[in-house]
Amino acid sequence: MKTDLHPRYQNTTLGAEAETILRSCVHCGFCNATCPTYQELSDERDGPRGRIYLIKQILETDQATARTELHLDRCLTCRACEATCPSGVEYGRLLDIGRGVIATKTKRKLRERCFRWCLKQVLPRRTLMVWLVRLARWLQPLMPAALQRKIPAGQKPGVLPVKQHSRRMLLLQGCVQAAATPNTNAAARRVLDRLGITLLEIREVGCCGAVGYHLADHGDGKYWMRRNIDAWWPLVEQGVEAIVVAASGCGAMLQDYGRIFRDDPNYAEKAAGISHLIKDLSCVIGAENLHGLALDTSKKLAVHCPCSLQHAMGEVESLEKLLKRAGFDLARVAEKHLCCGSAGTYSLLQPTMSQTLLDRKVQALTQDTPDLIVTANIGCQLHLASGTEVPVLHWIELLDQTSH
Amino acid sequence: MANLKLQLLTELLKILPEAGIIQDEETLRPYECDGLSIYTEMPLMVVLPDSVEQVQKIIRLCSRLETPIVPRGAGTGLSAGAMPHREGVVVSLAKFNRILSIDADARQARVQPGVRNLAISEAAQEYGLYYAPDPSSQIACSIGGNVAENSGGVHCLKYGLTVHNILALEVVTAEGDILRIGNQGYDSCGFDLLSLYIGSEGLLGIVTEITVKLLPVPETTKVVMATFDRVEKAGDAVKQIIAEGIIPAGLEMMDRLAINAAEDFVHAGYPRDTAAMLLCEIDGMAEEVDEHIARVSAVFNKEKAGCIRVAADENERQRLWKGRKAAFPAIGRISPDYYCMDGTIPRSQLTKVLTTIQSLSDIYQLRVANVFHAGDGNLHPLILFDANVAGELEKTEEFGGKILELCVDAGGCITGEHGVGVEKLLQMPYQFDPASLEQFQRVKLACDPQRILNPGKGIPQLKHCQEYRSLSQASVGRHADK
Ligand SMILES: Cc1cc2nc3c(=O)[nH]c(=O)nc-3n(C[C@H](O)[C@H](O)[C@H](O)COP(=O)(O)OP(=O)(O)OC[C@H]3O[C@@H](n4cnc5c(N)ncnc54)[C@H](O)[C@@H]3O)c2cc1C
Ligand code: SF4
Ligand code: SF4
Repeated sequence: MKTDLHPRYQNTTLGAEAETILRSCVHCGFCNATCPTYQELSDERDGPRGRIYLIKQILETDQATARTELHLDRCLTCRACEATCPSGVEYGRLLDIGRGVIATKTKRKLRERCFRWCLKQVLPRRTLMVWLVRLARWLQPLMPAALQRKIPAGQKPGVLPVKQHSRRMLLLQGCVQAAATPNTNAAARRVLDRLGITLLEIREVGCCGAVGYHLADHGDGKYWMRRNIDAWWPLVEQGVEAIVVAASGCGAMLQDYGRIFRDDPNYAEKAAGISHLIKDLSCVIGAENLHGLALDTSKKLAVHCPCSLQHAMGEVESLEKLLKRAGFDLARVAEKHLCCGSAGTYSLLQPTMSQTLLDRKVQALTQDTPDLIVTANIGCQLHLASGTEVPVLHWIELLDQTSH
Repeated sequence: MANLKLQLLTELLKILPEAGIIQDEETLRPYECDGLSIYTEMPLMVVLPDSVEQVQKIIRLCSRLETPIVPRGAGTGLSAGAMPHREGVVVSLAKFNRILSIDADARQARVQPGVRNLAISEAAQEYGLYYAPDPSSQIACSIGGNVAENSGGVHCLKYGLTVHNILALEVVTAEGDILRIGNQGYDSCGFDLLSLYIGSEGLLGIVTEITVKLLPVPETTKVVMATFDRVEKAGDAVKQIIAEGIIPAGLEMMDRLAINAAEDFVHAGYPRDTAAMLLCEIDGMAEEVDEHIARVSAVFNKEKAGCIRVAADENERQRLWKGRKAAFPAIGRISPDYYCMDGTIPRSQLTKVLTTIQSLSDIYQLRVANVFHAGDGNLHPLILFDANVAGELEKTEEFGGKILELCVDAGGCITGEHGVGVEKLLQMPYQFDPASLEQFQRVKLACDPQRILNPGKGIPQLKHCQEYRSLSQASVGRHADK
């Protein structure tokens, strides 16, 4: 597509990157077909092609108001559009740029600003989150039913393996997941222990940076990213096989470190090194021989592959393949490419659209009456659980429970 | 204008909720073009109705205020048919996205116009049925847009264009009345209005409901891929297959540029180092399919194909087609812009026309990628250019015009399936004589006396035709002088 950037963005790194992406879009509209918000709202402005056009306009006129911002806000960053685009348009990256620029042009309402600030302060802080989740559980009986369903049930992480294997990988401890479902990482450690791999967790490693970064606070996001790089680097230098992530939302962000720090002389190389090592748990276990796990596969599973796993990390099949190979019966699921509406902080910031997509997703997941729904990301897990009676688990917990 | 806009807005607010009206300049912009983004125009406003009644009221209002209306489906059109009118309203049919009913016994479905083409086949799948015409844009384009453009696709060689697969339409006329045309059967008496409305590019009415014909999914479908070191050989193979009396379900050609761009996206295993590739699909009963595949392969062998491969399973077959269907936008990987032409020629002229296009490409110094429906001679030369380079678009348009005229000269026509829109207005007088164009105008005026429906598209004004003729005669003169 033709572009004519405003002088302010010409000859800047950001402008050049945005322009390359804009120029790769040929305006065919294929992406609208798989975009959840376009499917729901049928408005060009709420589809990827229209959003690309709006971002182009911001960079060409150097002007934008809340009218444009609304449509960028409504984007889930699910990146289904990217997977559909034959021309290879890096929409996710363009959106980050667009959101960053528009944040300098508009001023959100005070209430909104406060809410966003709180999210950025609270979610990434593990200890704080642990306490908040406890507090919420304690107050749960007093809450309205709709809110009650959003509080994760209490979980005990169980016994952790102590054996040290020669095969070692790092495990992202994370923030929200560590607080809400501590059993996920524990289960990952136990299952991998049975497969002869030790997972190491580094306490200093915290939030992957996605919370701030996707709320258009790139500075805040990068703060967390640098912290993690610094904490991991010594071990990476000693040699680890991989950095394993059990929450694909974080995995997608971590895989992006290399690109985000591309022009940072102090971090470029390390960030690229880290991104290179990032692996989703399903890929790690998928590469191993599962016979040793002796799984009980009697349950029929509906698999929800998170957008971050299928679209951002490009692992469309890793999870289903693994579960099939393990011997599970997989339920028929429609519209696998569509987002469940969780999308990081989206469910909190855009509750209406989020709920619409949740209902649609639950319908698609339960049509074939599964015993369980399994997924691979904490956000999706909690969100789905709030919308269905069918139990929702992280798949690694299932493997952990059913292997003897 | 400001007054008209205000009046329109006041009245529209009585018909539609506020969210269904877009009128601020800032966010109107994404509606300024369709899939042919080199032609743009800002509308007064865009409306998103979701009931037929609303569409009727909008048309009546626009008729009263003599305001142009531009219907819009998914905006994937490649002839700027849905490009807005500066003083008009864009009526988006995107919210009409429900499949109303599927009658498996009668093999038909009633759908709203905003339903995606592919969604119909997906919904019919559980009954073992599908909707045959499959434009490459089928993932996104709307069935209403297909009707308006009489779209074709890979499988139209055997199963016909949109016009052969529609049983009935509900149309809102320029007066805002409802017109039901066609019926459940295969023949209807009186004028064949169905054929008139299909392909009318939004000039005669807004389609609000469509009854499509569904076909049973064939028992067996196989695709064979063959590569050739010269485009001409591929062209000869196409002629030969048809001469054998075989009617493939699809017969498509891609050249080197297109193959490589598509391969980058789908990883279908297309051989990259080849001048041309044919994909030939055969469907039907198992024995028949096997026999035809063998005969097609024999033709390919005779024409000295490099590699001949029959897709081993459904997965591979799907991948081979996915690359073909994504080929236009995949070109975005190798060129910032492309301009897709849509001429049709007799199959016998394939090699000659392709060779001439190649020499034009050398003259204009613009690369051309070819990916097209070889079986029915519907060419899609994609001219690759860079819109950010001054003058390159104009050069491209001129080159494109030459290609279309070349098609007419070869005994073909200027559009196979993408429609005339704004894009091919100039070439209309090259294709049609004044009497035919005059007749088009009469039909248009009979259905839309105020000319409020998609004005300025599809049919050139006679004044322009005369100007064009004198211009091109001058240019013919120049060439003769050389
Ligand atoms: C990558 C790519 C590949 C393509 N491949 C093919 C192909 O293989 N074959 C093919 O035939 N086309 C192809 N096309 C062109 C395009 O997809 C078709 O013309 C399609 O039918 C347009 O549908 P739409 O819903 O996008 O319509 P729009 O682009 O929105 O509109 C097209 C025209 O139809 C009118 N219109 C739309 N809806 C209605 C309605 N309900 N009532 C009255 N008028 C209406 C509009 O006014 C306009 O004139 C391709 C396009 C792209 C971008
Ligand atoms: S699919 Fe890709 S090229 Fe086509 S409009 Fe969407 S982003 Fe642009
Ligand atoms: S990221 Fe998801 S919601 Fe956003 S434009 Fe792409 S497909 Fe739509």
